[in-house]
Amino acid sequence: MKKRIVSAILCAMLLIGALALVQAVLIPSRYDNREGHLLCGYYDTTDAHDVIFVGDCEIYEGIVPAVLYERYGITSYVRGSSQQTVWQSYYILEETLKREPDVKVVVFNVLAVKYGKTPREEISRMTLEDMAWSDSKWHAIRASMTEEESLLSYFAPILRYHGRWSELTLKDLANTFDKHEDITHQGYLMQTDIVPVDPDDTREPEALIDSTLPLVSMEYLKKMQALCEQYGAELVLIKAPTNSVKYYWYDEWDAQIVEYAKANDLTYYNFVGMEGELGLDWSRDTYDAGLHLNVYGAEKLTVYLGKLLQDEHGVQSRQSDAELDALWKQRIEQYETDKQKGENDS
Amino acid sequence: MNFASIEFLAFLLVLTAAYYLVPKRAQWVVLLCGSVVFYAFAGVVSCAFLLAVIVVSYVACTVIGKRQRACADWLNANKELPKEERKAYKNKNKKGNLVIVCIGVGVLALALIYAKFVSSYFGFKVGESGISFGAYALEIMGISYYTFIAIGYMLDVYREKAPVQRNFAKHALFVGFFPQLVMGPISKYSDVGEQYFVPHAFEGKNLYCGAVRVAWGFFKKLVVADAIAPAVGAIVAQQKGGVFFLLLCLFYSVRIYGDFTGGIDIVLGVAEMLGIKLPENFNRPFSSKSTAEYWRRWHMTMGAWFTNYIFYPLSVTKGMQKLSKWSRAHLGTAIGKRLPVYITTIVTWLVTGLWHGIAWNFVVWAMLNCLVLLVSQELEPLYTKFRTRFPKLHASMPYQTFMAVRTFCLMGLIRVFDCYMNVPLTFTKFFSVFTTPNWGALFNGELFSLGVSAVSFAVIGLGILIMWGVSRLGKDRPLREKLWEKPWLGNLALAALIFAIVVFGTYGLGYDASAFIYGGTFN
Repeated sequence: MKKRIVSAILCAMLLIGALALVQAVLIPSRYDNREGHLLCGYYDTTDAHDVIFVGDCEIYEGIVPAVLYERYGITSYVRGSSQQTVWQSYYILEETLKREPDVKVVVFNVLAVKYGKTPREEISRMTLEDMAWSDSKWHAIRASMTEEESLLSYFAPILRYHGRWSELTLKDLANTFDKHEDITHQGYLMQTDIVPVDPDDTREPEALIDSTLPLVSMEYLKKMQALCEQYGAELVLIKAPTNSVKYYWYDEWDAQIVEYAKANDLTYYNFVGMEGELGLDWSRDTYDAGLHLNVYGAEKLTVYLGKLLQDEHGVQSRQSDAELDALWKQRIEQYETDKQKGENDS
Repeated sequence: MNFASIEFLAFLLVLTAAYYLVPKRAQWVVLLCGSVVFYAFAGVVSCAFLLAVIVVSYVACTVIGKRQRACADWLNANKELPKEERKAYKNKNKKGNLVIVCIGVGVLALALIYAKFVSSYFGFKVGESGISFGAYALEIMGISYYTFIAIGYMLDVYREKAPVQRNFAKHALFVGFFPQLVMGPISKYSDVGEQYFVPHAFEGKNLYCGAVRVAWGFFKKLVVADAIAPAVGAIVAQQKGGVFFLLLCLFYSVRIYGDFTGGIDIVLGVAEMLGIKLPENFNRPFSSKSTAEYWRRWHMTMGAWFTNYIFYPLSVTKGMQKLSKWSRAHLGTAIGKRLPVYITTIVTWLVTGLWHGIAWNFVVWAMLNCLVLLVSQELEPLYTKFRTRFPKLHASMPYQTFMAVRTFCLMGLIRVFDCYMNVPLTFTKFFSVFTTPNWGALFNGELFSLGVSAVSFAVIGLGILIMWGVSRLGKDRPLREKLWEKPWLGNLALAALIFAIVVFGTYGLGYDASAFIYGGTFN
C-alpha cells in the first residue's frame, strides 16, 4: 500500500512538473509581437507618477511620458494595451492607484467605449496575462471572459494554449528561457515609420446600425470616475486624433461622451479634426496611413496635452526633485537613443 | 452536463467522495441524487421526458408484477383444480399482462418516435429570458438509451426474466443511472439492477481501474477521434472524390471508433469507480473476421437489444410460424426454412437503420449490412469447404489478417453512408475511386489541406498505434487490471495518459469536444 501511495504521489509530481514545463513552452512569449508586453514593464518601476494614462493603442502610441517630462516636468506612465476595453482599463487603473494612491490626474482615451463585450479573446488574453496577479486582475478576467472561455485556463494556461504544440518552433523554446527587456518608454510604444494618409482614399466610414454606446462601457466609465474620486485624482477624458475610416470616431458617439462629461462635471478633449492646433501633418505623423500616430505625431499630441495638464489641471513640474530629475533624464536619453535608432532603421 | 468538461470532472470527484463517505446503505441514494443533478443540466423538457419514461415503466412493471403474484397465489391455492382450468387461468392472466406491457411499450415507443423524429413540440420553454410559450425543437438527452432500458425491463418483467423493483426511487435509478444516459450501454436489470443497490466498499483497484478507463476514453475521443474529425468534415464538405473517398472510409472509421468506444470507456470507467460493472459495448470490433462477428462485437448491447426484443419475438409470432409452414409447403424446405429468417432479419435491420435516423442513407446502410450478412450466411457452406480443404492456410496469420482487413474495409465502405447523408452522392463518390482516383493527392500536399497538419496526422497515427497495442495487450484481461498490479508502471501510465490528453487533446476554444456522435441530443 505504501509503495502504491508513494508511486502515486511521485507520478503526480512528475506529471505536474512535466505539464508546467510544457506550459512554459506553449504559452506564446509574444516577444516577437511589439504589442505583446506593454503592461508588465510598469511593475518594475518604483517612482511615483502624477499622471496616469489609460486606454488602448491610441494612448500607448499617442502619449510620450519622456516628452511630457522633458517639456513640462510632468511625471507620467501609460497603462495601455491593444484593444484594452473600458473594464480592463478600470481594473488596470485600480491596481495602479493601489500602488500609487497620490496620482493627480488620470487621462482616459475614450475610443474603447464603443465595445460592449470583449472584441477578441486572443487580444484580451494578451492584456490580462500581462497583468500581475492581484484582486484587480481576477476581476478583470471575470469581466473580460468570453462565453467559450474557461476560468481555469487563466490559472492553467496550458488548457488554452495546448493546441500550439503542432506549430512550435525552436524559437519558442528559446523564448521560454530568454530574459526580455521592456521595449516601451514608460508604457509608450515607439513607432518611427512613416506611412502617410492616402489623399486619394475616398472611402467612407461604415454607417452605424446602433449609435448608442454600450451600457456596460458607460457603467465602467462611471466606476472609473468614482475610483478616481476615491483616490482624489481628477479624471480627464480624451479622444486621440485619427484620420482613418477603420477606427472612425462617429459624431453620435462623441455627442454622448460630451453629454456624459457635462453631466458628470468631467473635462473631455476631442483631438479629432484638431490637426491645425496640434500641428499634425498626416503625410508625416502617422505610421499606418492615419490609423495611429507615429513618434512625431505622438510628440505633438503630448506637447499639446501637456500644456493643458499644466495650465488647466494644475499638474506641476517635478524637475526640482534632483533624484527624480536624474532618473527621468536617463529615460529621456534612452528615448532619444531609441528614436534615433528607429529613424536609422526605418 | 458534458463528459468532456471540467464541470463533469468536478461533479464526478464530489459524487465519488460522497458515495464512499456516506453509510453504505445510502450509497444508492447518492447515485440517484447524482443522476438527478447530472440530468438537470439537460433542461426541463429532458427531465420531464425521463420522469415520464420512469413513471410509465414503473406503473407497467408494478401492475404486471402484482398480477403475476396474484396468479401464482391463485394457482397455489387451487392446486386441486383440473390442469386445463389452471392453464386457462394462467393464459388469461398472461394475456392481461401482455395488454399492459403492450400499452407500456407502445406509449414509450411512441414517445421515443415523437421525440426522435418529430423533433418539435408546442408549449412552454424555460430559457435565459424566462419562460416562453411557442413551438420549439425538442432536445432530449439520451432518450433512446433510457427508453430502450425501460422497454427491455418491462418485457423482461413480463417474461418473468427480471424481478419487479417495487421501490420507485430504485426503479428510477435503474432507468436513469447517469453515466449511461449519454450513450448507453443499454443495460438489463438482470445484469446490473441489483448492483446499484448493494453496498460497495471502497476499493483502490476499482477507483484506479475506473480512473484509467475514463482517461483512456478521453484519450481516444480527444487525441484521436476529434483530432481527425476536421479531415472527415473537409472531405465531405468539399465533396472530394477519388482517393479521398477511400481516405474518408478510413478516417471516419477511426473517428467513430475513437468517439464511440472512447465515450463508452468513460461511461464504464465512471461506473467502475463506483464499484458498478455495466455491460461492455465493444469487444475489439476491428479485429472481426466477418460481418456477423463484427456486429457481435460492435455496439453489443444495442445488437442484443434488437435481437432480444425485436428479432426473437418477431420470429416466434403466429404470423411468422404460419408463413414458415406455408412456404415450406409451397416453396420447398430450402426456401421455406429461410424465408421467415430473412424477413425477420430484414425487419430488424430496417428498424436499426431507422433508429439511427429517418433518412434513405440509414435505410441503405441497414440494408447493405443485412445483405452482406445474408449473403455470407448463404456462402457459409463454401467457406466451410475452404476451411476443411485448406486448414493451415485458413489458420495462418496472413489469412486471418486478410479477413480482418477485408471486414474492416467492407464495414468502412458501408459506414460512409453516414457521412454524405445522400445515397446517390455516396455512390458517385464511390465510383470516382475507379474513374478519377487522383492518387497524386496523397503525395502533393493536398492531404494536409484538410484541416489536419502533417504533424497532427503523425500524432493521430501514434494514437492509433497505442490503441491497437492496448487492445492487443488487453486481449485476455483488461490492461488496466494488469497495470494495477504494478504500481509504479500503472501510475506512470496514468500520468502519461493525462499528459497526452492535456497537451494533444482536441478541446478548448475553437473545438467542440462536448458532442459525441452517438451521444447527447436526440439519441
